[in-house]
Amino acid sequence: MAEKFDVIVVGAGPSGNAAAYTLAKSGLKVLQLERGEYPGSKNVQGAILYSDALERIIPDFRDDAPLERHIIEQRMWMMDDESYMGAHYRSNTFNKPPYNRYTIIRAQFDKWFSQKVQEAGALLICETTVSDLIMDDDRVIGVQTDRMGGSVFADLVILADGVNSVLARKAGFRPELNPGDVALAVKEIHFMPQETIESRFNLSGDAGVVIEMVGKITKGMMGTGFLYTNKESLTIGVGCMLSDFKKQAVSPHQLLEDLKGHPSVKPLLEGGEMKEYAAHLIPEGGYKAIPQIYGNGWLVVGDSGMFVNSVHREGSNLAMTTGRIAAETVIGLAQEGLPFTARNLAAYRTALDNSFVMKDLKKYKNLPGIFHSNPQFFTTYPDLMSQAAQTMLTVNGIDKKSKEREIRRSFTHKRSLFGLMGDAFKMWRAFE
Amino acid sequence: MSTAKVEEKLFQNRYKVDTGRPHISIKDPEICTNQCSSQQCAVCCPAGCYTQEGNGRIVLITDGCLECGTCRIICDDHRNVAWEYPRGGYGILFKFG
Repeated sequence: MAEKFDVIVVGAGPSGNAAAYTLAKSGLKVLQLERGEYPGSKNVQGAILYSDALERIIPDFRDDAPLERHIIEQRMWMMDDESYMGAHYRSNTFNKPPYNRYTIIRAQFDKWFSQKVQEAGALLICETTVSDLIMDDDRVIGVQTDRMGGSVFADLVILADGVNSVLARKAGFRPELNPGDVALAVKEIHFMPQETIESRFNLSGDAGVVIEMVGKITKGMMGTGFLYTNKESLTIGVGCMLSDFKKQAVSPHQLLEDLKGHPSVKPLLEGGEMKEYAAHLIPEGGYKAIPQIYGNGWLVVGDSGMFVNSVHREGSNLAMTTGRIAAETVIGLAQEGLPFTARNLAAYRTALDNSFVMKDLKKYKNLPGIFHSNPQFFTTYPDLMSQAAQTMLTVNGIDKKSKEREIRRSFTHKRSLFGLMGDAFKMWRAFE
Repeated sequence: MSTAKVEEKLFQNRYKVDTGRPHISIKDPEICTNQCSSQQCAVCCPAGCYTQEGNGRIVLITDGCLECGTCRIICDDHRNVAWEYPRGGYGILFKFG
């Protein structure tokens, strides 16, 4: 493989596919390398697809993309061991096309996206792991693969190699990930008849529901559980900060077992057939954890650049957007005949700064820190809310005013008045 | 259901094992035995690839690895995990992901 390309894209997930597709369509000579047997075979996501980011790349994606269900209802559950207190939002406006978001199954979706990339003219080679970047002084000039005679050269290498960011780390472009900057999520997929899902979740046609869960299910760790409806399957999972897993010595597999056994969750999974168990890291460090994302002959996109908005559970849309913007930056430079130097590629960072990607990440830049040092948001509060609801809803001859007093007392007892006010202020500042 | 072993879960997954060529290894087993009191890899690996032996040793078998990266990142006190992706085409093959 002594052939030289304009651009090599490492990885065929959402960010790599978005980049490769956009580049190939503009006529650049693109090689995409994927270590899996097929695109998607190494990739894990919940998974929710937000239409907007993909629409800007493939406007008519709905014609043939493998989509599971469009989401018409979002449930938020605060849970203790026995109960949940929920806020559900369902609207028929979400049931009118064009739909805003869908559940997807990544192995199928990534294969579809990759087909589009190849039709656009990129060369995809699977079952090829890139082991290192090839450098000439401080410039990336190609990649070393594990294939026979595995050096390939290009004017630019786009690192879309996922959260572990192996290549940038080995090249010294970024430090090792910090356990406080990544969440570990585990999940399972359970298959059951379409009619069962529709009756259990009050659905018809291709409409779907997502449930996000917080509270005791994470055993005091900062994290959330989730349950998504696919066409003929449910995805159930839970993710918490890796630093918390480490500190509290919780087994991720047992955490998921306990969630599945929760009295509010178990009936929803009843009778399903579990067909896959997956684990994946999510870069949740936010704005402050974003590493250097460009340099001489290289760019970083997607999870590898920590582009995840953990507050809004957005990741693949940021991945696709960073992939697209990286490609557009490169196309712009190529059209002007400018070299892919760090100085010129800085335009990528500027373009991201002006997009929703950085604006959103910047908005919540302090939130990961606040949650880290204030675990009560994931422990004490869900507990107190549940107790309060139980107190009010139990009819037992105690008057309502006394009940209110009891609830107020339980809050100030567990968290003190200053604690409560401080927490409210912190949240207000973080979301402002 | 709540007592299901992780091995039973992994049994549902598809793997192409690169026999004799593990992609992750413990750099110096002595560090695990003598310097690491927490041995969190044995608890936090979602695939249960790390097990504690009675004599304080850690045994790593990568066949069920989900390639998440947890073990490498939580070993931040000792940096004792040599972690690479499997060779192209090998390792976990997600059917659904």
